[in-house]
Amino acid sequence: MRKPGDTALRRFRIALETARALGASYADIRVVTRRDENIVVKNGKVDALESSEESGFGVRALVNGRWGFASSSKLDDEEIEKTAELAVRIARASARAKTEDVTLSPVDAICDSYKTSYDIDPFTVSIDEKIELLMDAERLMRGKKGIRVSTATMGFRREEKIFLSSDGAEIAQEIVESGAGISAVAADANDIQERSYPGGFGGDFAAKGYEFVKSLDLAGHAEEIAQQAIDLLDAPQCPSTTTDLILGSNQLALQIHESCGHPSELDRVFGTEASYAGTSFLTPEKQGTFRYGSPEVTIVADATVPGGLGTFGYDDEGVPAQRTELVKKGIFINYLTSRETAGRVNQRSNGCMRADGWNRMPIIRMTNINLMPGDWTLDEIIRDTKDGIFMDTNKSWSIDDKRLNFQFGTEIAWEIKNGEMGRMLKNATYTGITPEFWRSCDAIANEDFWHLWGLPSCGKGEPLQIAHVGHGASPARFRRVRVGVGRW
Amino acid sequence: MLATAEKVLNLSKSDQTEVHCVRGRSFLTRFANSEIHQNTAERDMTITVRCVIRKRVGVASTNRTDEVSLEEVISRAIAFAERQPENHSFVSLPGPGQYREAATFFRETDEFTPEDRADAVNVIIKKARKAGLVASGSFSTASYEVATVNSLGVRASGKTSLASLVTVIMGDGGSGYADRLSRNVADIDVEAAGDEAVNRCLLSRGAKAIEPGEYDVILDTYAVADMIGMLSYMGFGALAFQEGRSFMTGNLGKQITGENITIWDDGLSEPGLATRFDYEGVPKSRVDLITGGVARGVVYDSYTAGIEGRESTGHAVSPSFAVGPYATNLFMESGTSSLGEMIDSMGRGIFVTRFHYTNPVHPVKTIFTGMTRDGTFLIENGKIARPLKNLRFTQGILEALSRVELISRERRLHDMMGGGAYVPRIKVKGFNFTGVTEY
Repeated sequence: MRKPGDTALRRFRIALETARALGASYADIRVVTRRDENIVVKNGKVDALESSEESGFGVRALVNGRWGFASSSKLDDEEIEKTAELAVRIARASARAKTEDVTLSPVDAICDSYKTSYDIDPFTVSIDEKIELLMDAERLMRGKKGIRVSTATMGFRREEKIFLSSDGAEIAQEIVESGAGISAVAADANDIQERSYPGGFGGDFAAKGYEFVKSLDLAGHAEEIAQQAIDLLDAPQCPSTTTDLILGSNQLALQIHESCGHPSELDRVFGTEASYAGTSFLTPEKQGTFRYGSPEVTIVADATVPGGLGTFGYDDEGVPAQRTELVKKGIFINYLTSRETAGRVNQRSNGCMRADGWNRMPIIRMTNINLMPGDWTLDEIIRDTKDGIFMDTNKSWSIDDKRLNFQFGTEIAWEIKNGEMGRMLKNATYTGITPEFWRSCDAIANEDFWHLWGLPSCGKGEPLQIAHVGHGASPARFRRVRVGVGRW
Repeated sequence: MLATAEKVLNLSKSDQTEVHCVRGRSFLTRFANSEIHQNTAERDMTITVRCVIRKRVGVASTNRTDEVSLEEVISRAIAFAERQPENHSFVSLPGPGQYREAATFFRETDEFTPEDRADAVNVIIKKARKAGLVASGSFSTASYEVATVNSLGVRASGKTSLASLVTVIMGDGGSGYADRLSRNVADIDVEAAGDEAVNRCLLSRGAKAIEPGEYDVILDTYAVADMIGMLSYMGFGALAFQEGRSFMTGNLGKQITGENITIWDDGLSEPGLATRFDYEGVPKSRVDLITGGVARGVVYDSYTAGIEGRESTGHAVSPSFAVGPYATNLFMESGTSSLGEMIDSMGRGIFVTRFHYTNPVHPVKTIFTGMTRDGTFLIENGKIARPLKNLRFTQGILEALSRVELISRERRLHDMMGGGAYVPRIKVKGFNFTGVTEY
């Protein structure tokens, strides 16, 4: 990792000095350089081969108890000073509409650096090798009769960021991410069905190097998922009923994301997302007493787990990465917090403030929100289920603006009869109310079945920010869930 | 901007080259709990280069404008193009076209200040406070210079501006919504938006649950814009059409909705968000999508047009979006009814202000799901009877558009996945509500 030299640091400090001189009680600057590479192979052709690089800085200033944020891609002394001045001016404008002053919970002023650990730098691997890996997997799917669209994708990111605050923090970080996936779309005159591996929406991602992509063995799964897509065309429709539901870990990852991760964001709880995706049912009086789930359910936010897409050294307020229990044995006990929100619940920040690049203001984001494993094997859960449905791989998602009423659709499902997996079912959907659903969880598979998924597409905030987050889960069973929603 | 784009173009030695430059300033003032809590500014310039070498296409972008970075971005795009097999579906980048003038840029928007936005937000906050309610929302203004040039002679450039106001008013268990969208911030009626959201919130207090099931509905323009935008996402683009993932595939010339439904895309028609050319610099064309209920066409970029040996309709979006051509300037034909007449005509049904978190369940069947939000009401005997707790729906869009009984005279422009949809209210017979929530 390239650490900033004295000249660069002196330049970045201009922002802090300018903001403070103009009346800011606190200021910080983040300088971010981001490189992305994305490859898409579709139907035997390279459909997209893209490389993007961007850099810039954002200055956050607290003036008269309100925030102002200004950013620019032009990194010179004059622009840094002008941008800091603009951040202060914007903060003063914010103060025209305030009810109370923002206060920040304390944080140690840390000077440190952090770097993702990886074996193979993905940006050093040749394009030829990457295309060949994707082509090999895509060819195997395309070889199946009935496949209309076969796609293999790969994506990489390197983000270097420097954080300086008027509290004295100086932190340099380098995060490297890699991911890949395949999907097959089968169609006939009556229907169209899709299967993906390892998960939908681009596959799986991790804060690792190219070794992660190789470990996915895309080609080794290509024919199986292509055949499943074809088989789904003739599979019976998921019945409309109430039954026991076993979710695979990929679908469970999104269930955790929408119904636990987002509602436990303390800024959302305090209403700051009200006009966009909404607020949260996890209101402050519930902290420490509310039965969110069954005693089997323990959910943690862990920014320290190696390789997670929500793993880092420090958040964008300079707070060290942490592990926090959100739900312990079914009881909701904690939130994802920032310096601003933590003080309002008499805590210090647990380090969840992140910004999507140099041009966005940090907001509370999920880190790796993980459902801790139970002690069942998947076979034991299935054998213990008399009548139910197993669903996996997310296809569709929706949840209300307090994160209570949800509905998900999955790519594939199988019925379970008398403890055995039966027929494949298509167009599977399920719906429920968040705490009722998690309270019905009575079996979670053990750590052998646990997987930490990387989700690079979490949208929140205005202007929109896309966060990269992780979700660990093993398959779990939920009793008496409504499935097969809608008219088909 | 044009000069910068041409300078980068001249650095390329590939068979065909396209350079897209955008330089802009954008501001967003966000409020919640009746105070401004986030307030941001951004200044950026991005250069995206597409290089073609014997049917092989590489794309690279940068936001650095020094000489070294400009040469390097070309090198990256060329290197990517060189290291891949030929894509025989690729025909060519587009050639030059004639651009019509349109009102895409307004000085008023460009010069709107952080103080102006704060004062506008205060208008809404004061209205909410006066009614004992709490205000949230956002007010954004932005202005951009855009230029797209290519080695076949495309020279498209111009300025655009955009202003958007969104507000949600909450209190006593109720909530209301309003939004306004225009290229000219002077056209954003802050007072009217505030009044609309406050009044809707006051009406929605004391909501009670209703059993899910099939109900007749009146969808306000917000809900219609969401639904028509979802239809565009699911299949008005040629990529989904050609891949068989669109409800339009195999249905051109066939009746797919009721005869009273006509939807088209037009980047140059008022009062939509005027847009002169697309990402590739191709002039915007009007495309009839559904006329009198009959599927008429889809929108094309140069790649999908090349596959069918036809001209692009001017609907390319950034290659980063990876969605193919996209209809983002939608219009839906108006009807003859007033809102009052629509309510009067309803025996028992539900009025929906807007949808929340909509998502496709089956794109070819056009089934989508989502929640109602910020004002859902039971209508009985031609009158609004009482507010309802929010409902989940799971419904086929084409099925709903086959059962539209009344369409309003009035239309309004709303944001639609990055573009604009100018749509009326509609009354639909039989809309499938599949769940209810706790508020």
